[in-house]
Amino acid sequence: MIPIDEMLKNRHRWFDGTGPRAEEILSTRVRLARNISGARFVAHAREEDLSATYQRIASAIRSAPGLQGGSVTPIDELGVLDRQFLLERHLLSHDMTSEARHRGIALAPDESISVMLNEEDHLRLQCLKSGMQLAEAWEEINQLDEDLGRELPFAFSDEFGFLTSCPTNVGTGMRASVLVHLPALVLSGRIKKVLAGVTQVGLAVRGFHGEGSDVVGNFFQISNQVTLGISEGATIEKLQGVVLQILEMEGKAREALVRDARQQVEDKIGRSYGALKYAKIISTQECMGLVSALRFGVALGFANLPDLGTLNEILIYSQPAHLQKLSGRELSSADRNEYRAAWIQERLKVRDAPRPSLGS
Amino acid sequence: MKCQVCGEAEATIHFKELKNEEMQELHLCPACAEEKGFHSLVEQDKASLSNQLIWMAENLYPEGSAKIGAVQCDRCGMRYSEFTRSGRLGCMHCYGSFEVQIRRLLRRIHGSTRHVGKTPGRPQPVSSRRAALHRLQEQLQRAIATEDYERAAKLRDEIRDLERSPVAEEPKS
Repeated sequence: MIPIDEMLKNRHRWFDGTGPRAEEILSTRVRLARNISGARFVAHAREEDLSATYQRIASAIRSAPGLQGGSVTPIDELGVLDRQFLLERHLLSHDMTSEARHRGIALAPDESISVMLNEEDHLRLQCLKSGMQLAEAWEEINQLDEDLGRELPFAFSDEFGFLTSCPTNVGTGMRASVLVHLPALVLSGRIKKVLAGVTQVGLAVRGFHGEGSDVVGNFFQISNQVTLGISEGATIEKLQGVVLQILEMEGKAREALVRDARQQVEDKIGRSYGALKYAKIISTQECMGLVSALRFGVALGFANLPDLGTLNEILIYSQPAHLQKLSGRELSSADRNEYRAAWIQERLKVRDAPRPSLGS
Repeated sequence: MKCQVCGEAEATIHFKELKNEEMQELHLCPACAEEKGFHSLVEQDKASLSNQLIWMAENLYPEGSAKIGAVQCDRCGMRYSEFTRSGRLGCMHCYGSFEVQIRRLLRRIHGSTRHVGKTPGRPQPVSSRRAALHRLQEQLQRAIATEDYERAAKLRDEIRDLERSPVAEEPKS
């Protein structure tokens, strides 16, 4: 069983703010879609098919070294809140929170490696890492793929590659993505052009929670679209190249903002810090905006701001299910907004906090 | 951004669709989205990719689509029309059963119909010496950043050893 309470205490994972370029990049994720040869795909499978694939994958996972004897947790044994918690933690998909029967999740103790069973594909292997670590994440998930591939015959054709339920994933079955924070490009109004460029080179841009989610807190998830006709290595290189270019533009926009509008920038960051420290009611949306402003301040070299790890932690823990797990009870939306403010302020030990400034 | 329909409320729902071979973007406020039949944000999660796909699958065959739609996978029994509705295939054999259509679809989505990535059972040599060096150097930077100097010293030694080791030791593919 997934130790949700342990996970709640273990706050320094992929969002710990220590990865390469963590000031601009929250996390890197690489996922592989795999299916078992001969078995019907999940959407078209009968009850007995799903139960059979579940058992086969669970037994393969037990013998895979990458998951350290990781046990598989059936989703229908998890409460609604726990599922939401895993979703907020980027470990479970939206579909899995409602479609629970014969679905499962396996998780390495440090949360970096996970497998969803009977999601859209029989297996979705995922590696999640702090900062920009595309090559590392690919290497790790590739290892797990090798290990599981020794136990399970994957659906594969020489021509089309790994066969997936949706043809948008066929080939490598790989989706690599980087969650970037681009406040200066948003503030300067140049973001639209930049993102249009990204889609033109065959990459996709999404919000904080992936496909279909809104862009909040100036976070953008940039990922590859194409999975056929390009190797895993080339996919990662291309994505990395584009992300680095975007970061360069973000860097220039930051310089320009500090040069031309230093006072406004300081004002915005100071106000945000003030709100985070003293507001009594903070919504999820507002929280992301405030954290975004402070992250921006940290990246610009402001003194006396909370460190990146703390800010990332606030970002993750101020989400609805995390707050309810922290408080140990169900909270209405209004209650959450109050609890969120109180929790953040306790986390920031507000009383002695000095005022933020850019220094001289 | 303002809603494209009413022009007043803030657009919070962003939608892409493929219409007449052209990608169209829609930016709507929740009220107008509801009116247009996009029910909830959760529903939207399935939107982008799979919806584009359904559009494509239908629009590629405007004529005679009824005939093609009736084609059935001989293994799992899924009809092509079911696939165009859901965007999901029934089993791995569907790729063969709907081969002509799938091939055209793949060309449209990926610009290719030929896999060039890894093959199961034939692992790729991912940890070449250069990649290993690169990884160690990144770990070193990270160790320094987190002030884990003991680990940093160890990593520095590892990098030195690897740099001195003869190239011939590289793992063979």
